[in-house]
Amino acid sequence: MHYILRYVMTSSNQHDEKKPFPWHLVFFLGPGLLIYVVFSVYPLLDTLFLSLYDEQNGQSSFVGLQNFITLITDETWSQAFWNALVNNFKFFAIHMLLQNPIGLILAVLLSSPKLRLSSTYRTLIFMPTMLSVVIVGFVWQLLLSPLWGISENFLYDIGLGQYFDAWLGKEGSALITLGFISVWQFVGIPMMLIYATLLNIPDDIIDASVVDGANSFQTFWHIKLPLILPTIAMVSILTFVANFNAFELIYAVKGALAGPNFSTDLMGTFFYRTFFGFQLQQGSASMGAAVATLMFLIILVGVMLFLFFIQRRIQRFQF
Amino acid sequence: MLNVRSALPMTKLTCVTALVLSSMGIAQAADTLSIESWRSDDANIWNDVIIPAFNKSHPDIKVTFAPTPPTEYNSALQAKLKAGSAGDLITCRPFDTSLELYKQGYLANLEGLEGLKDFSDVAKSAWVTDDGKDQFCFPVASVIHGYVYNKEIFEELELTPPKTRAEFFELLDTIKSESRYTPLAMGTADQWEAATMGFQNIGPNYWKGEAGRKALLTGEAKLTDAPYVDTWKELAQWKPYLGRGFEAQKYSDSQNLFTLGRAAIYPAGSWDIQTFNTQADFEFGAFPPPVPKAGDTCYISDHTDMGIGINAGSDNQAAAKVFLNWMASKEFATLYANAVPGFFPLSNAPVELKDPVAQEFMSWRNHCESTIRNSYQILSRGTPNLENQLWNVSAQVINGTMTPEQAAKETQDGLEQWYKPQQ
Repeated sequence: MHYILRYVMTSSNQHDEKKPFPWHLVFFLGPGLLIYVVFSVYPLLDTLFLSLYDEQNGQSSFVGLQNFITLITDETWSQAFWNALVNNFKFFAIHMLLQNPIGLILAVLLSSPKLRLSSTYRTLIFMPTMLSVVIVGFVWQLLLSPLWGISENFLYDIGLGQYFDAWLGKEGSALITLGFISVWQFVGIPMMLIYATLLNIPDDIIDASVVDGANSFQTFWHIKLPLILPTIAMVSILTFVANFNAFELIYAVKGALAGPNFSTDLMGTFFYRTFFGFQLQQGSASMGAAVATLMFLIILVGVMLFLFFIQRRIQRFQF
Repeated sequence: MLNVRSALPMTKLTCVTALVLSSMGIAQAADTLSIESWRSDDANIWNDVIIPAFNKSHPDIKVTFAPTPPTEYNSALQAKLKAGSAGDLITCRPFDTSLELYKQGYLANLEGLEGLKDFSDVAKSAWVTDDGKDQFCFPVASVIHGYVYNKEIFEELELTPPKTRAEFFELLDTIKSESRYTPLAMGTADQWEAATMGFQNIGPNYWKGEAGRKALLTGEAKLTDAPYVDTWKELAQWKPYLGRGFEAQKYSDSQNLFTLGRAAIYPAGSWDIQTFNTQADFEFGAFPPPVPKAGDTCYISDHTDMGIGINAGSDNQAAAKVFLNWMASKEFATLYANAVPGFFPLSNAPVELKDPVAQEFMSWRNHCESTIRNSYQILSRGTPNLENQLWNVSAQVINGTMTPEQAAKETQDGLEQWYKPQQ
């Protein structure tokens, strides 16, 4: 860092001899940089290194990429790994197809000047996001419980009683149900972000479109949507990162074994079992680090693709 | 360079500190013992009942009970042992978790400890090395599996606890057809009940207890053999008798279903007695897993769950041994078993229990053969992990998404992948 600073200094000296060393930069950047390095960069690098070792009987030895090869080719590991990855993509798809469109619709409705009590709705819809995942998991398990839940009676009341099932316990529906619960909880985040952007659109643009004869749908499609696209893109990438790090809800509702038959296993729960162990399964720090590294790489590749293909093409507007 | 230079003064400093600390230790610690445990629920019992009783005969040894919550216990203990700050006595999880600690040198070898002679080999099996030579923890308590039933419902429907399997299913049919009660209170959402209260509960009658368990270890028996497939076949028959939507029914749901009087029979572990004592307002009883034919030998899962060992780095080895020997006494066994009904002492000395249901559970030891859960010793060491697989396949067999034969094949394939004697 000194070299860079000195370079900055000398190059600037050419223009202005008296300019002092920019100590304020060090002062303001230092603490943040230090915390970032100690709590983020170092653990990340250490995890990457750890994944190249194998620990047996307390002796750790360098094995190169062996952990990754085992993880992807050895049948006992790869089956669980691919299963978790596929489930994770399904989980992500549910969020992209439901959470973000619903968030968008809610934001548009909320930003309508004709809507009364909009701040009340906003608070109510955002409320679940602030609840602990454990509480959300517990409440929804009770609501959906075939023994004490109210959802069965509710469905009977609207004439759909025969469709009720133990959704959280069936292999085909458990992951989707958990996805819905997660969507219900976090729909407030895209809503808030998009809502904030919508409020930023100047009224004169909208007014102009109305004067030009656009109906409200055309106004939305041709004026508002292009202007909030950057926010939607950002929401998508946030969803991607959050979904591939998801763990708490599955752990709270289905436990670390993510039943039935691993149908709700995500990368997060798979990592947990590998790293910390489970019941009689002993945890393996190095194998766990390998899983964590793969999770990191998947997220990294996803974010990079996004930056490369989407972020660069997005036009930003200054009002 | 920096490291080499600084290493020497550091060692000196450490030596001095160690000396000072240990001399301080000698001054007061000859009579202070601290117990590491995951049973935070039992803290009152230790502080109010057990430790005062011990101090009556050994007033010179001060004991403190220092529990950690169960989910954090293993990792917290490991960290404390590494740092040298763990207590003198260590409550031992059964099998590999503790074996690993012994291998790393954290637990002392208990060879020659007098109290050990009062325990059977099955009782001690959870805390010996694989070759059976070194004993590193001392057996404290076991849990027994069976069925707990609602006596009022049984009286109402004029039923008696079944002896044979045929009677058992006949009884389930009667409850199902003649009442609104759920015959069996169990769910598969948490998966472990299917394996623990299901497979390991009824299984010993099929694989003849210890004989079958040892045969799996030596490789003479396979999980695809008839006893195991038949166990899963019986589990598959449970499905119609479970509550509606049992696939999403969790452990606490099952407990509530039973304590609210809505279910007749609860496949139980003896630890449930405590919960039922506080929550159920009806009388309940227990019966062991039914045998194939009247008069057959019965086998029960009498699973060693808790042991206690000595921290190898402790300064108070002698006092710790005194305490362990006291724990082998009938006095401790009686105190403990009555304070926590459902956890049974493992010593051979007969113990009087006051709780009638706990008494019933323990009486099975007199006429049934005891065994432990077959996946716990050695067999859950590899990948895939047998215990995890048993949870998964047993839950699936009950759900009806897997046949007993598929369950047997999957677990056997898993075992063959890493366990030499089975290959």
